[in-house]
Amino acid sequence: MRLVILDDYNLASEWAAKYIRNRIIQFKPSADRYFTLGLPTGSTPYGCYQKLIEYYRNGDISFKYVKTFNMDEYVGLPRAHPESYHSYMWNNFFKHIDIDPANAHILDGNAEDLEAECRAYEQKIAGAGGIELFVGGIGPDGHIAFNEPGSSLVSRTRVKTLAKDTIVANARFFGNNLSKVPTMALTVGVGTVMDAKEVMILITGAHKAFALYKAIEEGVNHMWTVSAFQQHPRTIFVCDEDATLELRVKTVKYFKGLMHVHNKLVDPVLSIKDQ
Amino acid sequence: MPSNKSVSDAPITQFINCRILREHQLQRDDLWVREGKILDPEKLFFDEQGYADKRVDCEGSIIAPGFIDVQINGGYGIDFSQACEDVCSGVSFVAKKILEHGVTSFCPTLVTSPPAVYHKVLPQVKVHNGGSHGAGVLGFHLEGPFISLEKKGAHPAQFLRPFKSGDISDLMEAYGSLDNVAMVTLAPELANSQSVVRELSQRGITVSLGHSVANLSQAEDAVKHGATFITHLFNAMLPFHHRDPGIVGLLTSDQVPAGRTVYYGMIADGIHTNPAALRIAHRAHPSGCENRTGRLVLVTDAITAMGLPPGRHTLGQQVIEIQGLHAYVAGTTTLCGSIATMDMCVRHFKQASGCSVEEALEAASLHPAQLLGISNKKGNLDYGSDADLLLLDEALNIKATYISGEEVWRKEP
Repeated sequence: MRLVILDDYNLASEWAAKYIRNRIIQFKPSADRYFTLGLPTGSTPYGCYQKLIEYYRNGDISFKYVKTFNMDEYVGLPRAHPESYHSYMWNNFFKHIDIDPANAHILDGNAEDLEAECRAYEQKIAGAGGIELFVGGIGPDGHIAFNEPGSSLVSRTRVKTLAKDTIVANARFFGNNLSKVPTMALTVGVGTVMDAKEVMILITGAHKAFALYKAIEEGVNHMWTVSAFQQHPRTIFVCDEDATLELRVKTVKYFKGLMHVHNKLVDPVLSIKDQ
Repeated sequence: MPSNKSVSDAPITQFINCRILREHQLQRDDLWVREGKILDPEKLFFDEQGYADKRVDCEGSIIAPGFIDVQINGGYGIDFSQACEDVCSGVSFVAKKILEHGVTSFCPTLVTSPPAVYHKVLPQVKVHNGGSHGAGVLGFHLEGPFISLEKKGAHPAQFLRPFKSGDISDLMEAYGSLDNVAMVTLAPELANSQSVVRELSQRGITVSLGHSVANLSQAEDAVKHGATFITHLFNAMLPFHHRDPGIVGLLTSDQVPAGRTVYYGMIADGIHTNPAALRIAHRAHPSGCENRTGRLVLVTDAITAMGLPPGRHTLGQQVIEIQGLHAYVAGTTTLCGSIATMDMCVRHFKQASGCSVEEALEAASLHPAQLLGISNKKGNLDYGSDADLLLLDEALNIKATYISGEEVWRKEP
């Protein structure tokens, strides 16, 4: 893996956004060959989305030939609810960029047949040629998407019941009222994300530090599902100082020492204006 | 990109680079319009996978709902109360001109007139939508003839009437028809008025108190029976008295039925009301409070002479004289209406009261729509509302007027 450590949240967000920007531009997407991007929600990727919007507004990047697949969505929450992941993606990303609505895919938590919805989603991903870059976050319990502790590490898109930790973590979005937080969600599986050509996990904040430690310094374990990516050929973990607080000094020093190599991925930062 | 909208093929316009008045705040956001209504872009994106066909760059303008003027007697030489053969063309002429002032809907107002005038004029102008031809007509505002002699203002005394029986026959005798009527101003101290107030309210006609010497309890009584508006607060009513505040006391009355809102009209032209009085009325109900009982509605009470040069002109059955921004009953110092335009009133109200931009704009759009019970489609920029909107600059000057999403007026650069 690559462990990219930046000083703070803003720098981590910017590094991640630059990486996504460069990957899309280098890919040279077109009508015949779309760039498929997997996307997360939550407070961690917010800064990254802001930067991507800024790059779009400056004319440096376009999402015209990008197809996106979000990781998850709550079950039973009306799509127009301000806390649905559809609302999140619309307000924080889609409405500000030039993506074709037909290419923005999010699981439908209000589908008549949830299992059919999940199967269809897997097919859409396959139909798009697989995911080029899957961006994700990590829960305080080490989960990726809603693959809660105990999820199969080869799982596919399915319905999951949320763990207590996750519900508590999400309560702040529902007026701190635990009873208002949805209890189930549709989520891509660990296996689904593992199928991507490249995975980038964003982890910021001291409250995620223990999960990061479990994910990269302990073994592959279905109780900390992000650990599955130890077996992926191309994973990047982008974090801030605070997220490294539970790691061994040796690990942090090693990867900080590699920053000059990591930074070659984002410097120079490319622009479509130059094409 | 190819269009694959599933709900409608009608073109979609996206207003960008603007601040829109939504949820009582100016928010940096785009405004989407389709088929003359405000569109929900999130639904468009996810349900229809649609996007805009046309983008209008607003260059940082404010977008507000179109203004609604519920009290306007005429303008540009037209007097709605004149029993001319073709009231329609007079109303249409004014309707077109007031687009420049940001008014997208209005209630042509008739002052106290003889029955013959009402019988002739009322059937001629129907409620209809606005467009490039002019602002929409929401129905007549009948100010009189059931008003007080002592507070007649510029109304002709000889045509004032009492309520003989207090039932529909009084109204039919005077007006002939209530079909195209949106509002009636009356004096609640007149005998038999309560049943009339009830009768009108039940028919969905807004009842307003004005040109009256009613005391507070008479006014409260009228509100209990259904009155919801005060015609030009402070003007043509008893002044506020600390032992009997009169109609003005409705602003802070505790007798207003729960859930009901009393609106009060103000002519914020700097002449009809001293700015200090304007502030007292406004501060009795600073906005933002949901269960307040009073809400301010800006009106122009514009008369024939609005838009015309100084001199003598006709209003109803009387002659008036213009001096600067003042309009008097000829030969007296009695004010007989205003010649300020709606956008002038909005700017003056903001400056005199110190209120926020949002409050000033809502006083001319949201509140009159709520008063008339049409806020489900007018007076706001909610999804599904009619796309009657204004582009304004920071100082609240009108840059462009749109009705049903179509540009109907633009200021010359």
